[in-house]
Amino acid sequence: MHPAPSVIIFTTLSGLGFGLLFFLGLGMPDVTGWVAFVFFVIAYGLSVGGLMASTFHLGHPERAWKAFTQWRSSWLSREGWCAVIALTVMGLYAIGAVFLGQKWSVLGVIGSVFSLATVFTTSMIYTQLKTIPRWNMKLTPALFLSFGLAGGALLAGQTRLAVPLLLIAATIQALYWWQGDKAFAKSGTNLGTATGLGSRGEVRAFEPPHTGTNYLLREFVHVVGRKHAEKLRIISFLLAFFVPVVLLFLPFNHFFALIAVVSHLAGVAVSRWLFFAQAEHVVGLYYGKR
Amino acid sequence: MTQLPQSTERKMGLVIDLDTCVGCHACVISCKGWNTENYGAPLSDQDAYGSNPSGTFLNRVHSYEVQPDQGPAQLIHFPKSCLHCEDAPCVTVCPTGASYKRVEDGIVLVNESDCIGCGLCAWSCPYGAREMDMAEGVMKKCTLCVDRIYNENLPEVDRVPSCVRTCPAGARHFGDLGDPESDVSKLVAEREGMDLMPEMGTKPVNKYLPPRPKDQVEDQIDILAPLLAPVAEEPKGFIGWLDKALEKL
Repeated sequence: MHPAPSVIIFTTLSGLGFGLLFFLGLGMPDVTGWVAFVFFVIAYGLSVGGLMASTFHLGHPERAWKAFTQWRSSWLSREGWCAVIALTVMGLYAIGAVFLGQKWSVLGVIGSVFSLATVFTTSMIYTQLKTIPRWNMKLTPALFLSFGLAGGALLAGQTRLAVPLLLIAATIQALYWWQGDKAFAKSGTNLGTATGLGSRGEVRAFEPPHTGTNYLLREFVHVVGRKHAEKLRIISFLLAFFVPVVLLFLPFNHFFALIAVVSHLAGVAVSRWLFFAQAEHVVGLYYGKR
Repeated sequence: MTQLPQSTERKMGLVIDLDTCVGCHACVISCKGWNTENYGAPLSDQDAYGSNPSGTFLNRVHSYEVQPDQGPAQLIHFPKSCLHCEDAPCVTVCPTGASYKRVEDGIVLVNESDCIGCGLCAWSCPYGAREMDMAEGVMKKCTLCVDRIYNENLPEVDRVPSCVRTCPAGARHFGDLGDPESDVSKLVAEREGMDLMPEMGTKPVNKYLPPRPKDQVEDQIDILAPLLAPVAEEPKGFIGWLDKALEKL
């Protein structure tokens, strides 16, 4: 899959932002006034910024409101609803915490649930696609949720929770790569089933339909970046998990915390880049490519 | 609505004969010609006369080589367009309701004024049947020439999809695959028509007829062949001497 910057920025930032909102809604940290204001500005900056970035890949962003109509069948529509509900409810909760010094905990819990639901619905947009075996796995939602929670705990300054959550996310990431590498072969789809000619012999793409490229090849067949995938996995793992965990074990100071957050963010972004760049769409088979 | 209908009254679709297709791409051109100036936004090209041309097509012809365990390889031309699946994933993923499957004839269409161009339907299609138009920013796909097949302004012979009307080899057939008595259904039954990627669970309406087995070349082509074997195996006379002399050099 083409690793479009808009979707990488979107899933990385909004995952972290909604992760932070999840903890803020549960009163972790238990803050009011100016401190709460700063936390909410960061959370909204990330989540809304991510959502804005996601609209850049639309052909017609001005019609994006129509995406709220099909929540019965479409995960993308459900994601839109969850995001709007989470941001609205948490907005009310934030008004209470920042300006009135009030903790409307019921509102906070509802906001937390919808924040997590937003991350889950985002992951289901990818998980539902049978055409991309690497995404069509139960580990995909686990990956998105564990990343959101780990990053959220880190941003919320919940050091005690952040370490185990980062370790869980790291484990799921490793499992995801391990299982993902086998997913395409396991799906049973190959050029033989794609053409229906597999029972007759070995099928080879002889001649493409055209000499140039097309939308399908640009969107679904991205082979350029896979060359350095192994190195990027190590870089992502070190940045997203190793560096933050080490820093969390050191005596706390704000500078270390900032480094931990930035390192985690960079690591998650690299992981997301790989999530797209390494995903192979079955349509590539028709072109003799993966 | 992007919920799929429980069932459709008819299942209009194409039957493509891989035995007959000669790979001339006439269906590709006639499809583009008809559909760029009729239903919906035109099918744009980018850099059409430059060094890196590309464009939107609703139908493309691939060619595959099949190498059996024994015998010579076979070349098979393979036209591919929307299969108008019964369980079309492109419809259910659509967030806006732009993508839909018609109850009356099962045709999968895009309402372009509702399409936000998110591309998710193309992601969900295993067949590469949907292409985003780069000029218009909306998703384009085969309409089964919905503006031809019911069009009473056209002579009756033309009320079939443009690709079917054009095919010079008669490799494309159009009809109701939901009716077991229709010509296309009989053809599919007789020739053991198949689904593409059945494991994807999309239940395609369009069927592909597999190529018929080719004549096998026997070891002995002709019963007279032994009699045609060269009579003089060893050269004689001057040529024989020359042969021996050159061997010794």
